[in-house]
Amino acid sequence: MANIKTNENKTKAQSMGLHSEVLTGKTQQKFFNPDEAENFYYWGTYDVDFNKRIDLDVNDLDCKEANKKIDELMSQGYGTIVIKNPQGKHSLGVGVLNKLNLIFEGSLGYFGVGSIDGPTVRINGRVGWSCAENMMAGKVVIEKNAGSCFGAAVRGGDLICKGSVGARTGIDQKGGTIIVGGDAGAFTGFMMQRGRIIILGNVGINLGDSMYDGTIYVGGKIGSFGSDAIESPMTKSDVDWIKRKLKVAEIGEDFDISNMTKVVAGKKLWNYDALEPTEKKGAI
Amino acid sequence: MCGIAGLIHRGKSSNVGNELQAMLQALKHRGPDSTGYALYADNDGQNFIMRFKVGENVGEGSSSINEDESVYDKRKELVDQMLKSLGAKVLKEEKLTPYSYRYEMQYDEDLMDFSKKIESIESVEILSIGKSLELIKDLGDAQEVLDRYDLGKVRGTHAIGHARMATESGVDIKSAHPFWGYPFSDVSVVHNGQLTNYWNNRRMLENKGMRFMSECDSELIAVYLAEKMRNGASLEEGMKDSLSGLDGVFTYFVATKDSLGMAKDTMAAKPLVLYESDDLVAMGSEEIAIRSILPHEIDTYDPFDGEVKVWQI
Repeated sequence: MANIKTNENKTKAQSMGLHSEVLTGKTQQKFFNPDEAENFYYWGTYDVDFNKRIDLDVNDLDCKEANKKIDELMSQGYGTIVIKNPQGKHSLGVGVLNKLNLIFEGSLGYFGVGSIDGPTVRINGRVGWSCAENMMAGKVVIEKNAGSCFGAAVRGGDLICKGSVGARTGIDQKGGTIIVGGDAGAFTGFMMQRGRIIILGNVGINLGDSMYDGTIYVGGKIGSFGSDAIESPMTKSDVDWIKRKLKVAEIGEDFDISNMTKVVAGKKLWNYDALEPTEKKGAI
Repeated sequence: MCGIAGLIHRGKSSNVGNELQAMLQALKHRGPDSTGYALYADNDGQNFIMRFKVGENVGEGSSSINEDESVYDKRKELVDQMLKSLGAKVLKEEKLTPYSYRYEMQYDEDLMDFSKKIESIESVEILSIGKSLELIKDLGDAQEVLDRYDLGKVRGTHAIGHARMATESGVDIKSAHPFWGYPFSDVSVVHNGQLTNYWNNRRMLENKGMRFMSECDSELIAVYLAEKMRNGASLEEGMKDSLSGLDGVFTYFVATKDSLGMAKDTMAAKPLVLYESDDLVAMGSEEIAIRSILPHEIDTYDPFDGEVKVWQI
């Protein structure tokens, strides 16, 4: 956690009224301190040419070396990078903050392509737990199955698994779209806050448990609804939107969308009440 | 966090010692404290193999103490005397480390009574009894334990193993996995997770005459299943029952002389990746474990919450 302290000498950002505190965490300073000219650009991004393509064999590299190599190739202008022999290694392709065609010829382990912002990723294998966690933007397509916590805390973009996924898909989701061609496990959409999940197959128990907001569409059977998750009628705009998304995802071409179940938050949990924050203060 | 791995060859034998070592070594980061193997070897099936220890290998947080090796020999003599009085005929004995032994023996009576008497000798614990089960566990990573016990040549049909990160109990052999399914021959269990109703179940099972050798919650699974099977349940029935009988988060494997099973709790909180083909099933906490023995492209999947599966050799 960043160490928050008051800085007596005001920075340019503070004098502009942007904030009153300085976050001394390294990353925060890198992004938000406008006093240093070099921090005005978006760190970790490069001008790349999608037609400039290269293969990268990571068989003998660990995840840090492989990710560093990807960064290095982007800095050299490569816009299409094909990763050979990923062999289920963890944390490959994380932190890519660039437009990039990233192709994995094989399977990834845990935390694959996490915290990305912009790339188009295709994984011709399976992914382990927490694939694309905290993804901001871009498109990720997995050709086979995915593990649990698929798309945890994603904030934007399209995350697509053509096979089945494990438990807690879309846990803490804050935006974007997650699409699953097969089945999903228990606690799908657990505590999701925004965004949409489309599951064409069956889902396990406790669907949408404690969800704050967002929408889940299920094509198959539902094991059980979680706390405060309720069914809502499908509308024409739901059907049209899902149709568009499935086309983008290249799955479910003949799927009967109109028979899907739409699940939303009932907003009856303790944290939802009729009072606005200002009214709460009055009540206290 | 611990790492578990298992494999079963269907219709053939293979070098399961080396295969399991590769899988567990790939999971070393999940559990560096101790490593355990339950190998179902190509023994002749005529005699019992008993593996036991007469002292501890003491690591961090263990309630055991380091002892002078001279006490080990004395305890071993007491075990020999007890075996003689029980009518067991020892055909071959091997001293593997100063504190652990492997005996090949003939015995035809009740194994529960037998085990109770052997373990009544101070600090003696039977790690396993079986006609094909070779259960080895000690401190160190998979390579170190494999080398220490010369497991590289072991051929067999199936195996389960464990790389342990000690959490609720100390670093020692008694808390290491796999656990033998006392008093059943050839039954072993490995577990990744935490059980929250351990003491309630332990008290209940101890009242029924079952024995616990450690304070490790994972031992409960072996004892729980053994008690179910003692009352006539099949392995699969016992495993299905455990989904509601055991509280907490868990993925565990259990193996018998001719089968291998997995169970995952209803929260699906602990990882498991599974590869299944006509002649091989391999599974582990992470895909890299499976990749260590199957480097070519394969299809794998995560079993769902509350899933129980059993495969035969």
